[in-house]
Amino acid sequence: MELLNALILMANFVLVPALAYGSQLALGALGVTLIYGILRFSNFAHGDTMAFGTMAVILFTWWFQSMGINLGPLPTALLALPFGIAICAGFVLATDKLVYKFYRQQRAAPVIYVIASVGVMFVLNGIVRFIIGPDDQAFADGERFIVRARSFKEWTGLEEGLTIKVSQGITVITAVLVVAALFWFLNRTRTGKSMRAFSDNEDLALLSGINPDKVVMVTWIIAAALATIAGTLYGLDKSFKPFTYFQLLLPIFAAAIVGGLGNPLGAIAGGYVIAFSEIMVTYAYKKFIGYMAPGDWSPDSLLQLLGTNYKFSVSFVILLLVLLLRPTGLFKGKSV
Amino acid sequence: MTMNRNFLYFAIMAVLLVIVGQFQSWNLSLSILNLCLISAIMALGVNIQWGYAGLFNVGIMGFAALGGLAAVLISMPPVPAAWAAGGGGVLLSALAGAATIIGCIVAYAKLPKGRARSAIIVAIGVIGFFIMRGIFVPATDAIESVDAAKTGYLGGLGLPVILAWPIGGLLAGGVAWVIGKITLGLRSDYLAIATLGISEIIVAIMKNEDWMTRGVKNVNGLPRPVPFEIDLQQAEWFQNLSASLGQDVVIFSSIFVKLCYAGLFLAVLLAIFWLSERALKSPWGRMMRAIRDNEVSANAMGKDVTWRHLQVFVLGSMVVGIAGAMLTTLDGQLTPASYQPLRFTFLIWVMVIVGGSGNNMGAVLGGFVVWFFWVEAEPIGIWLMDTLTSGMAEDSGLRAHLLDSAAHMRLMTMGVILLLVLRFSPRGLLPEKTGHH
Repeated sequence: MELLNALILMANFVLVPALAYGSQLALGALGVTLIYGILRFSNFAHGDTMAFGTMAVILFTWWFQSMGINLGPLPTALLALPFGIAICAGFVLATDKLVYKFYRQQRAAPVIYVIASVGVMFVLNGIVRFIIGPDDQAFADGERFIVRARSFKEWTGLEEGLTIKVSQGITVITAVLVVAALFWFLNRTRTGKSMRAFSDNEDLALLSGINPDKVVMVTWIIAAALATIAGTLYGLDKSFKPFTYFQLLLPIFAAAIVGGLGNPLGAIAGGYVIAFSEIMVTYAYKKFIGYMAPGDWSPDSLLQLLGTNYKFSVSFVILLLVLLLRPTGLFKGKSV
Repeated sequence: MTMNRNFLYFAIMAVLLVIVGQFQSWNLSLSILNLCLISAIMALGVNIQWGYAGLFNVGIMGFAALGGLAAVLISMPPVPAAWAAGGGGVLLSALAGAATIIGCIVAYAKLPKGRARSAIIVAIGVIGFFIMRGIFVPATDAIESVDAAKTGYLGGLGLPVILAWPIGGLLAGGVAWVIGKITLGLRSDYLAIATLGISEIIVAIMKNEDWMTRGVKNVNGLPRPVPFEIDLQQAEWFQNLSASLGQDVVIFSSIFVKLCYAGLFLAVLLAIFWLSERALKSPWGRMMRAIRDNEVSANAMGKDVTWRHLQVFVLGSMVVGIAGAMLTTLDGQLTPASYQPLRFTFLIWVMVIVGGSGNNMGAVLGGFVVWFFWVEAEPIGIWLMDTLTSGMAEDSGLRAHLLDSAAHMRLMTMGVILLLVLRFSPRGLLPEKTGHH
């Protein structure tokens, strides 16, 4: 009984949140890694692209809600998602045309792209705050829980309850579907194959007649879609606040680098590595040890390795360790 | 030609400051000038990294914050009760932490490679961490409970605040060394990402470690390197001086203090500028630019690119740290919550790129121009929004929203300026001088 309680406790506070958070990070890191693989730079605007896409989704959600359209138990945001993706993709393509295309033709150094992406980040930052404001926005509706703590306790008779939020369930399911679709696209379709060829060896790909403009365009559209989905899922699960999305940049980059920049499989693995470490390191193990230890003994301190204020330093430390020990990432990424 | 251009731009800058002095107030004009001087120093630091060597540092905020931390640690009077309560514990936990790290490194170097080594390293790390926290947490709790409303932290060393400027530089340089050591030599993006991370973490530490910085309770009343207004107003010589100049004593005392600061800052700016110019024109500077312009061939010529990058990264960060300490000295308080990446990282970048990367004079000019418009953009933006929306009804929701959002226009403007300069005038207002020396 004690053991079961301890396991449920861990599932409730570590496993379920980390799975959801990891899926969100993985989707974000996939976008970063795709852009890195094809366009060959770290896109600092990715966090704010997520915020922009999510903002579009929120605006559509509010509009649908005002017209009385909803998805019953599911959040209306899912219905608004395709519209948000379309707007975000349009915006991202416009920035490519106005900003990045010039440097591509110049064959500029990667660091110039990075600076340009910082400029784009600023502009996005301003636009998002201008339109929707810097504050928290709630846009989740429908059912809130798949499993409630109280009914779980009544049902199992355990002391500890398990809560699974609808947003967490949706996050994991959506992430699986999106990743499956993405890999199908990359491995099975002509465009996807040409993208991979372009990422492996640009010159060879150009020689064999691949149209670089098309590859770049498709990459941006996919990245925008991934960013919007990741951002919306994060917003449903926690809340939407523009500054939080800027801060997500660090764990997302860490996830992409841990997995090996440019490697999509690595990005997914990296997302979960970061999410699990972040949550496990900032979780207070007091109650867990209390269940596991014999008798009624329970430790005095919280047994928390690190305060939640420092959760971002976890991804940073992992990032540094990977760069120190294995700079190409856990899965082999592109050249260092 | 370039001399004239330099002179022209700085003359325009001076005229703008005079206009503000005449039409708004001299107090405002001088406080803009002081921050212009500090911004110029920060921009010089970033220019050393970016202009000399092409290193992209996205963590300027963190290095400036370290300078601010140094100002507190050097100048505030120590709190004996707090030291008695937990000072020893903090030192002991620092020792335990250092011992853990050394233990890990020794194990890594001495033991044969394999699973056993990894396990031992992890074991040393985890056990050491718990021992360290076991000493650290009670000690800091004790410190924070010492008269929490007024102190609740260890205080500083009680030394003159000017000393904090070089120390702040050293602190920033030390952190830069660690970060550079790990990320330089890898792809250029990694340095950018790592500096972004470290700056967020430094600011998080300053916000949360109350025993060291009082966290969001702020440290107020830092000692000053210049006299206080109130003392000046009571001093006889000062009353005579302001009377002979026909000035109001209260207003003139505040102008006088700002002038003192301006003098100090100008001295530091000139010293750093002179050193940077000397360095740039020396064989070292030519080598740095050779590395920047073509790493491969510089490497082939036998230059140790990674080591030189590390050198220049540390030097640039030190300059930023000095400027950060000066800024906190000027404010007279340390407010960790005020460190925003927009203000402390990206604004400085805009200064360097607008001014002219690679040219020290350009960086200084960029610091002046961008800071001036950063301050003056707000009244201009609000006025613009007000005029644009004046046709709308007084109670229009859209109008209220637009007026509220005017502040965010700054973000967008900065981004647009950065993109436009990068695209159409990548060499900036004062381009780098190339060619023969």
